Amino acid sequence: MDKMIPLKINGNTKKIMVHPSKRLIDVLRDDLGLMGVKEGCGEGECGACAVLIEGKLINSCLVAVESIKNAEIYTIEGYKMTKRYAMLDECFASAGAVQCGFCTPGMILAAEALLSSNAMPTESEVRDAISGNLCRCTGYNMIVEAILMASRKGGYLW
Amino acid sequence: MSQGISTAIKKLDHQFKTDGSIEYIADLKFDGMLYVKTLRSIKQRAFIKNINLPPIPEGYDVIDHNDIPGKNILKVIVDDNPILAKDQVNYIGEPILLVVGPKLDKVLEILEQINVIYEERAPILTIEKAEDGEVDPIYKNDNCFASYQYIKGDIQKAFNEANEIIEETFETGYQEHAYIEPQGMIGFYDEDKVTVYGSLQCPYYVKDALVQAFDCKEDKVRVVQATTGGAFGGKEDYPSLLACHAALAAYKTKKPVKLLLDRKEDMEVTTKRHPAQLVYKTALDKEGHITGMAVNIKLNGGAYAGLSSVVMQRSLICATGVYNIPNLKVEGKALATNTVPTGAFRGFGAPQSFFALEMHMEHIAKQLGMAPVDFKKQHMVTMGDKTSTNGSFRDPVLLPKMIEEVEKMSQYSQKYKAYQMQSSNKKKGIGMSVFLHGCGFTGSGERDHIKATVKLKKYFNGIVEILVSNVDMGQGLQTTLNKIVSTTLNIPIDKVIFSNPDTDRVPNSGPTVASRSLMIVGKLLERASIKLKETWIEGQKQEMTEHYQHPELIPWDEKNFQGDAYPTYSWGINVVEVAVSTLTGEIDLVGVWSVFDVGNAIDERIIRGQIEGGILQGIGYGSMEFMESQNGMIQQKSITDYIIPTAKDVVPIESKLIKNPYQDGPFGAKGAGELTLIGGAPALVTAIENAIGQSIHKTPVTPEHALEVLSNG
Repeated sequence: MDKMIPLKINGNTKKIMVHPSKRLIDVLRDDLGLMGVKEGCGEGECGACAVLIEGKLINSCLVAVESIKNAEIYTIEGYKMTKRYAMLDECFASAGAVQCGFCTPGMILAAEALLSSNAMPTESEVRDAISGNLCRCTGYNMIVEAILMASRKGGYLW
Repeated sequence: MSQGISTAIKKLDHQFKTDGSIEYIADLKFDGMLYVKTLRSIKQRAFIKNINLPPIPEGYDVIDHNDIPGKNILKVIVDDNPILAKDQVNYIGEPILLVVGPKLDKVLEILEQINVIYEERAPILTIEKAEDGEVDPIYKNDNCFASYQYIKGDIQKAFNEANEIIEETFETGYQEHAYIEPQGMIGFYDEDKVTVYGSLQCPYYVKDALVQAFDCKEDKVRVVQATTGGAFGGKEDYPSLLACHAALAAYKTKKPVKLLLDRKEDMEVTTKRHPAQLVYKTALDKEGHITGMAVNIKLNGGAYAGLSSVVMQRSLICATGVYNIPNLKVEGKALATNTVPTGAFRGFGAPQSFFALEMHMEHIAKQLGMAPVDFKKQHMVTMGDKTSTNGSFRDPVLLPKMIEEVEKMSQYSQKYKAYQMQSSNKKKGIGMSVFLHGCGFTGSGERDHIKATVKLKKYFNGIVEILVSNVDMGQGLQTTLNKIVSTTLNIPIDKVIFSNPDTDRVPNSGPTVASRSLMIVGKLLERASIKLKETWIEGQKQEMTEHYQHPELIPWDEKNFQGDAYPTYSWGINVVEVAVSTLTGEIDLVGVWSVFDVGNAIDERIIRGQIEGGILQGIGYGSMEFMESQNGMIQQKSITDYIIPTAKDVVPIESKLIKNPYQDGPFGAKGAGELTLIGGAPALVTAIENAIGQSIHKTPVTPEHALEVLSNG
């Protein structure tokens, strides 16, 4: 049975009529058209569908929409309006951290989740923070470098 | 300008990938779009006696082999693979029929209610069973998709006069591409024309498959690449099958139809790297020099032929790697089994051969009491030497210099010695692999089969568009080809555009495979650019077309494997250092160093991306990437079960490029993408051997296998 569920997405409050157990990823993509959220595995393993919920990195394929009503949700579409995104974007470009791009929005949000709680992480902390996001193209090191670069150059933003 | 081409620039497709706005196939929606799912065989091998359908609600449809207007055979190389099974199935996951309709849930519900009555037949599930002839063959009389043999020198004499003969058997497993974007297609049917959008590497392969399935004229089929979220060979042949399914559903319903594989389906039914059994037998003279080698390679091709014959050819041509073996006998078979078809994967048969060869060379050296690197150096080819197939290494071979570099970077030899005497239960080890990769299609393929054509279109405003059928699947083609054109024309890079290929607009420049896109297609674009520059008229529309020209080579005899299999080769050396726990068998990476000769890098940062991703994929192949088929069923159907490396499994990789420009490559560039994967597994596994002091004959070396080797000695 569908229900009216209040959601705070990318700074806007919305009410949508959906089944309470609908996966958040499907709500974001089908009902709200936020296609930056990618589905890679559907079982919380690859991180391509990761979004920020109350600042934490969560795989949206594992979340029933009702469980996050009223929580602050950010997808790449909202996050890309920020200065922090601009800094990460620039560093991902200069480190060559983007290849096929399918994992990238999730990686960017993983970087934000890390830097917002630890603005000056060590390399090992960066590896831990993105270990739930799989990338098959880069071998990860260029992504790790990008995040460390963002922390060095733009640590003040976090 | 040409000096500076290697200097990295911001990738031209960076922005829209990072902000999530670029559209992959799953992100595309069309008015009235329907969803299609596939009913697949649950038996390894069976006759289909009957299919019982539930009542099909209005708006929903079932599509089977009777709905195919043309030939019910997937166009690949050999005509053996039905698009939809008719009266028999040959592997678990083989498509039988399609259900299409407006609601995906309902489509899945209908699929669940379909009951297929099978009459099971004895399946062939292993390479051994495929060969022994006890069960009815799946393919022709001998179950053999391809069987080749070639000879160089006098192998009989080499073995007769040998001082010592060393024989070993090696085994390699499946590897799953694990691109992060699962496969998908959208089909359309409008005014008698079939169109598909899809995540794919080879638009014209898909087009050819659709022309055969619909028995229509070429201009009635259009294929458009959607931004592709990784491929690695996995989207070379399989998308043709998906495209036929999506297009058939669109043809029957006259509506756009989306076909997406979920991860489980993708892992169960799409192609994988061929598992292999490899026997290496080597004759040595009194001085410990190799005088001859006999190599026998068997590949598990799965239920249908697909690309197995070409993968087999690559395996065989690479059988002796970078070594000059005067007398040689190489033979191999790709065999049919009732398991999921195997296919293209970055390296295309070479990773199997190089794993076995490099391990074998290491083991021989140890038996002779020599340092492996010295033994390898003694046998390495130099410029002018003959290739395994009596072709010629016609360009400079810089291996000695590359080894010198990697030694400096890694202290390989010093560590190799030191690690031979350790007593703790966390043992370090270091290993090295030396390898090559032929650039471009095998033999005369470029000249006789592909016949690549490229086009440049200049508009009134001076914008130049690249029209080729090669795709960017993450490897950076949308930046590197633009660099070649803009640098040659001496115009700003933002004046060059390169959109995802659409077969209605682009000529056939061939598939995005075999390390050919940059070297072969890039060279054609360079030539077209030179001509355009020479004839440039400001403010006018102009077009420039360029066709492939074959370099002067020793003619390739495909039947006897004689001649130049490739115009040139790229080279690589990997050194890997590990720490192995003798208690748990766990293997931790400690260091990775590499030196590559890819001619001249068109963009150093993009090449670095290829190197790092390729090496890690190779290391995964050698360690954690374990996949098996039991009773004809893939056991690892999720990324939870099939483990690929994460950011925590890798360490910084130090890499160096050695310049060695190739005259027939754009700005001296050669192939690179496949090369970077090949050396990962042997470098890693030789490092594990150095740590534990035991010989290994199998990849991947999972902790379980490492413990097995440790306890069995």
